[in-house]
Amino acid sequence: MRHLLSAADLGRDQAVQVLDVAEQMAATQQREIKKLPTLRGRTVVNLFFEDSTRTRISFEAAAKRLSADVINFTARGSSVSKGESLKDTALTLEAMGADAVVVRHHAPGAPHRLATAGWTRGSVVNAGDGTHEHPTQALLDAFTLRRHLVGGTVPGAATGADLAGQRVVIAGDVLHSRVARSNVLLLHTLGAHVVLVAPPTLLPVGVEAWPCATSYDLDAVLEGAFGEPDAVMMLRVQRERQNAAFFPSAREYSRRYGLDVRRLGMLPRHTIVMHPGPMNRGLEISAAAADSARSTIVEQVSNGVAVRMAVLYLLLSGRKDPATGPVVTGGRTGGADGATRKDRRR
Amino acid sequence: MAETRPDARTVLDAGEIRRALTRVAHELLEHNKGPRDLVLLGIPTRGVALARRLAARLAEIEDAEVPSGSLDVTMYRDDLRRHPTRSLGVTEVPPGGVDDKVVVLVDDVLFSGRTIRAALDALSDLGRPRVVRLAVLVDRGHRELPIRADHVGKNLPTSHAERVKVLLEETDGSDAVVIAGGRSGDPT
Repeated sequence: MRHLLSAADLGRDQAVQVLDVAEQMAATQQREIKKLPTLRGRTVVNLFFEDSTRTRISFEAAAKRLSADVINFTARGSSVSKGESLKDTALTLEAMGADAVVVRHHAPGAPHRLATAGWTRGSVVNAGDGTHEHPTQALLDAFTLRRHLVGGTVPGAATGADLAGQRVVIAGDVLHSRVARSNVLLLHTLGAHVVLVAPPTLLPVGVEAWPCATSYDLDAVLEGAFGEPDAVMMLRVQRERQNAAFFPSAREYSRRYGLDVRRLGMLPRHTIVMHPGPMNRGLEISAAAADSARSTIVEQVSNGVAVRMAVLYLLLSGRKDPATGPVVTGGRTGGADGATRKDRRR
Repeated sequence: MAETRPDARTVLDAGEIRRALTRVAHELLEHNKGPRDLVLLGIPTRGVALARRLAARLAEIEDAEVPSGSLDVTMYRDDLRRHPTRSLGVTEVPPGGVDDKVVVLVDDVLFSGRTIRAALDALSDLGRPRVVRLAVLVDRGHRELPIRADHVGKNLPTSHAERVKVLLEETDGSDAVVIAGGRSGDPT
């Protein structure tokens, strides 16, 4: 694995490996000393062109727990606000010696561009690109699902297992959700059955080609129209992307698609409730559901650190393939700089 | 692997491994004046099986439960960047922890000493044992660090180019220590 750009990049065995490594990482986070020396001397740059709290903090914590040096770069207050392009930013980071670039960008495909344009030799991790993908969120959701549904909530018990036969309902604003797309791809790879539930206006065009079922009726799905659900994941209604044009009113949305007390009561005893956060309490999820014993929302956050540690470990710890070739610098970074980098890599 | 190589020869058979482990178990008890505070930590993969066997042996000899677990050292290795990415092993510390205990690290082959160096680092992140000792089934020499074993099943003088492989019932289906390659400048 050289980059992590899409949940579809991972095959079944690779995805299980990430989850297994994450399981070991999670075990180290239960200790008194949580820091590991594994990535000492490596530099991870968090390149965030879009606001984010939990993802950036999660990546920062993960890198620091592995002893990597972390440089945080947010678009606000940087040269980006002066009009610097992604390319020039990337070349600057390359000159600073970034071994991994964790990028969040409002434009779908920006991480892919960063990884393939030859601007940087570091590994690129997609931390969310527009409404496209958010693979580490899907991995942490899969990790949480596997722990609860396969491992009986015992840490490490599900090592080596996938999610074969598990039924996951993902309900809400699928159209604007990068989490939904990455989850559908990854959970399908791991053998789970996914049902997307949303009003017709909030399902993307072409969703019928996704490896999942779709429905407009949350009650029918929770009652078992596609089989008894093992997990229900509520998606945030992304009002900042919507211009109030996708459903008549928040109250109507909440009535038809919110996980309220009544719907919470319909769930089978073992079913877990998930939410990638941040939540709109009272809109897509009620406080009763968010704070119930079956909610894994807080746990998802701590699992996020373990999963991101696993991803950084798998991307950065091994030998770099020397055949990745020279960086196309466009004459911006000098030859001397390139030579010192090469020496440092040995 | 070693067992398929035409020039592989067995240097310890199942009976010799059994007797070596029994002797190491007695040495441990003699040196520690009984099983008190002993904790065995095997280094994956084969060290874990050996630690379990030693614990069983100690239980037979002294009729006392000696906790055994595993200590994965992958994330503490100094050669991570020289190899393709390694998967992680399991670290399982017995419920009593390692603080103020007599921790015995158990591994199959002692070679450069780098694994043990990593194990000492990993152990210090888990707690502060009173004493750390090292028991290995085979010591093949060629140390690169100032590390020695306290208890050795078999000292095996080897050339640097030879490969020593420990096979165990639990992981490989049968017990044997085999040695392969070496003479006439074998590149492996």
